[in-house]
Amino acid sequence: MKKIYYVFAACSALLISSCGGNDTETSAEGQLEGSIQIDGSSTVYPVTEAVAEEFRAVQPKIKVTVGVSGTGGGFKKFSRGETDISDASRPIKDKEIKACEENDISYVELSVAYDGLAVLVNPQNDWVDHFTVEELKKLWEPSAQGKILKWNQIRAEWPDEEIHLFGPGVASGTYDYFTEAIVGESGASRGDFTASEDDNVLVQGISGDKYALGFFGLAYYEENKDKLTLVGVDNGNGAVSPSLSTVKDGSYAPLSRPLFIYLNSTAAVREEVQSFITFYIENAPELSTEVGYIPLPSDEYAKQMAKFEAFLNTVSKETEENGSSDEPVSEEGE
Amino acid sequence: MKSIKEKIIESILFTCALITVLTTLGIIWVLLSQSYSFFSEVSISEFLTDKEWTPLFSQKHFGIMPLVTGTLLTTFIAICVALPMGLTIAVYLNEYAPKGIRKTVKPILEILAAVPTVVYGFFALVVVTPFLQSIIPGLSGFNALSPGIVMGIMIIPFISSLSEDALAAVPKTLREASYGMGATKLQTSFKVLIPAASSGIIASVILALARAIGETMIVAIAAGQQPRLTFDPTVPVETITTYIVQVSMGDVPHGSLEYKTIFAAGITLFALTFLLNNISFWINKRYQQKYE
Repeated sequence: MKKIYYVFAACSALLISSCGGNDTETSAEGQLEGSIQIDGSSTVYPVTEAVAEEFRAVQPKIKVTVGVSGTGGGFKKFSRGETDISDASRPIKDKEIKACEENDISYVELSVAYDGLAVLVNPQNDWVDHFTVEELKKLWEPSAQGKILKWNQIRAEWPDEEIHLFGPGVASGTYDYFTEAIVGESGASRGDFTASEDDNVLVQGISGDKYALGFFGLAYYEENKDKLTLVGVDNGNGAVSPSLSTVKDGSYAPLSRPLFIYLNSTAAVREEVQSFITFYIENAPELSTEVGYIPLPSDEYAKQMAKFEAFLNTVSKETEENGSSDEPVSEEGE
Repeated sequence: MKSIKEKIIESILFTCALITVLTTLGIIWVLLSQSYSFFSEVSISEFLTDKEWTPLFSQKHFGIMPLVTGTLLTTFIAICVALPMGLTIAVYLNEYAPKGIRKTVKPILEILAAVPTVVYGFFALVVVTPFLQSIIPGLSGFNALSPGIVMGIMIIPFISSLSEDALAAVPKTLREASYGMGATKLQTSFKVLIPAASSGIIASVILALARAIGETMIVAIAAGQQPRLTFDPTVPVETITTYIVQVSMGDVPHGSLEYKTIFAAGITLFALTFLLNNISFWINKRYQQKYE
């Protein structure tokens, strides 16, 4: 099932690159050669792959390979020095930091976009004020199939009416992410809902049905604000409605998360990698939107760029002084 | 010389006939072979008795019944619309309408069958459904009722035209005998002509049914994509055809069990229409004996 999604993502990346391949002009240094190994999260993959495709148009001689081993699998390779860049849909874990230290790998963490999911109901729905994560789990987990069918089974005061569920199809990354965040296991959900890869079908379905409930990428909600009602989600700290700011500060959890790339210091010295990262940060706002994610605020991208340049300075200084460093350069924070 | 020419023409004609037969056989073969490997993994009893159809999800269920009920429900609604209307139109055109009207109305009616089904589907979704929602408050945006009604309108010409032909073919003597007994026009139409033409009418209904069962675009657009074992016309359902579209257009890898489900669904659809054709054939024969 994952595999399908990758193919899908690759296709969309192809499509994107073929649409806008001419509007990039970063090759001030001229043509570079070399290869860049990237691996990691399937969620970040569409962004990275889109960037890589665009980058190929600018630097055709640099071979960028983007693998999809999942965030954990990606870090495993990254900590062994097998990859130059690791895609991650969560910050690196202590265990993984340790593994990197053991292998003398220092790195920098750069955020590239936000991934946010919106839970939506019909505008005529006047009973739902928010959902708790438990309620969503109860509604969507596999054991709910054929059992949780009415609104009042979620909360007793809600109407005794059938609930009509809409969600992305199993080939979509949004589906994987939702199930992972809500049910706790990627790809595990009930199957008796209207599942469509076409977000328009979901918008049509929810907007025409008083008893509907659905979810899809927050970016797509922005385009259909007038037809749908956004519902806040309570993860135990009060109901939070998704917006650019709540997604950004992480309070809209667990349905939003920042997406990262991690860059290996030894790779950072290479000119082709530097040019790729610069290209990535410059094009991330546009490309992340195209693949359905939320871009960081523009000053945030400037910060990421500054962080990257600072990292380059440290790395090149260290290389001049004693080859490689013992301490991982893991700058945190925004 | 002439006989060679005749032979060539004959063989061309034969080849044309052969191609259609071979195509049918090829389709049956593909359906059978692919669904055979499906049924070696999923038992037929599970396929027929399981009440859920979720082959693409983590908890896999392979019960075709939700798709079958979805298909039958939309088809039933369509026939409920098309049969009374089509038959009334046929009787009107045959018995009441002046010749001029009949000559113009019939081709115009047949235009209904020429409207692209994707247009009908769109019509159902954006016109009929909102209209029905203003009458039935609990109606979902995707439901069986709206595409069913629109599909019914689409198949009206099948019933009205063919039934009209059947009515016109009823021997004049029957009609005259009825009038001679003092029957009114209405009595003659419904008590004499319709029963006499019933074999043709039933054939037209079966043809319309088969068309409705296999109809894809209207239900794919307006009926929803949620397999649901229900005969409630106000909620989203999924028909067999919609499911096949959904999977064919999606990203299911070829050769996987998920992929083979479309052949299992396809052969079910084929079995349904095959059954209908046989019933029609049987009824046709039986009633013909009775009335002619």
